[in-house]
Amino acid sequence: MAQTYRSQLVDPLVDNNPITLQVLGICSALAVTSSMQVAFVMSLAVIAVTGFSSLFISMLRNQIPNSIRIIVQMVIIASLVILVDQVLKAYAYEISKTLSVFVGLIITNCIVMGRAEAFAMKNPPVASFIDGVGNGLGYGLLLMVVSFFRELFGSGSLFGVTILETVNNGGWYVPNGLLLLPPSAFFVIGLLIWAVRTWKPGQVEEREYRIQAVEAH
Amino acid sequence: MPEDNMPDENGRKGPIRRFLDAPPDSVGKTVFVAVALCLVASMVVSAAAVALRPVQEANRLVDKRVNILQVAGVYDETVPVNEAFAAFEPHVLELDSGTYADQFDIETFDDLAAADDPAIVRALDEDPAGLGGQMDAFRMIYLLRDEAGALDKVILPIEGYGLWSTLYGFIALEENGNDIYGLQFYQHGETPGLGAEVDNPRWKALWNGKKLFAEDGDLAITVAKAPPPEGAEHFVDALAGATLTSVGVDNLVRFWMGEAGYGTFLERLKAGEVG
Repeated sequence: MAQTYRSQLVDPLVDNNPITLQVLGICSALAVTSSMQVAFVMSLAVIAVTGFSSLFISMLRNQIPNSIRIIVQMVIIASLVILVDQVLKAYAYEISKTLSVFVGLIITNCIVMGRAEAFAMKNPPVASFIDGVGNGLGYGLLLMVVSFFRELFGSGSLFGVTILETVNNGGWYVPNGLLLLPPSAFFVIGLLIWAVRTWKPGQVEEREYRIQAVEAH
Repeated sequence: MPEDNMPDENGRKGPIRRFLDAPPDSVGKTVFVAVALCLVASMVVSAAAVALRPVQEANRLVDKRVNILQVAGVYDETVPVNEAFAAFEPHVLELDSGTYADQFDIETFDDLAAADDPAIVRALDEDPAGLGGQMDAFRMIYLLRDEAGALDKVILPIEGYGLWSTLYGFIALEENGNDIYGLQFYQHGETPGLGAEVDNPRWKALWNGKKLFAEDGDLAITVAKAPPPEGAEHFVDALAGATLTSVGVDNLVRFWMGEAGYGTFLERLKAGEVG
């Protein structure tokens, strides 16, 4: 591994972002990005889970039998997710009410499993931990960008602070209701992927097929 | 299990070291790793759950109490919630008779836990509020008195199905059992921006001053798009873009204020029999 710890942390932010480049973890990115506060807490939860699950899995990597490795990874990830959920319920009750099932669904987040299987099983603990945190940060960064647009134009506020006074509250701004619904995150993420790949054309995937020109008979 | 993986610094081959060096794919080791991991993981998870439960329970209680304070219009952020809540007088109400049931301990009575007890749950033939075909025969209600000790407000728990979820909330009534002071939901999963506008302070404010019953004593309160014939004082404007949530709120308020709900109690309240 020629990567330094710093590049491990920074690369997943843009160059190798788990959402925009690898297109993983889309499901929860749709669900929790309607407000920035919720997206922020969700990001912290995912960073904690990816970091520590990679750390523990890497510590055990030489002992994990190959035949049950996925189950072992799942048990470690699931335990961490339950821990995070319990801590949120105890110390951030209001937000855990909003996040509801989505904290539990971190278990199924492909980014966590992906880093465990692709990186932590083959690399030493510290590098795995930093790789996990880096990928969590990449996920979190995208969540924050998406929720910025969704909350600002959907509810007229940022972190719950009113920026654009909405009509419902006697202001002038007519909120875009679509942005509060999960499908809008598809559009925002799609536009972001487009923007990132225009900025860094190296991320554009090669076509898997080419339409053949058929000669006229 | 990080300690299992520590390299033996002396280079001696003790039994643990030999075990660690064994190929991970052997049957014995597979079983060992699976069992050990499950044990450790379950211990960590249950330890966390047990250790954090008191804090979580306290959070849940404070959240409910904040909502009771808010719906009664006496919430003040600077006053500790539990202190402010001491002003309320809790009672367990038997819905059928509309009287207080003394067989329960106020401290330990919990509406939602009680819902699982077949002895105090009754089946519903008609279930407009979407309660799953059954409801509690007893509910915890809260009385608020003014400084002279006379009854000021009554806070009643209500719940029912909206579009996606069951909405749980409270309705606060004036002492005459007819005027609504406020209505608030503390837990629901309606669409953000549409059905979740039940939390919008401006919409909640519409409930203030509405009357439950028409002149002839019939239940008249309604959440609708246009005022009912009984008059605008029984009418709360439905939420724009959230027809089914509005219908759900309409159903649940009418259900709980009706005969199957608090009807009998409200009759007694109107007659001045509740002190």
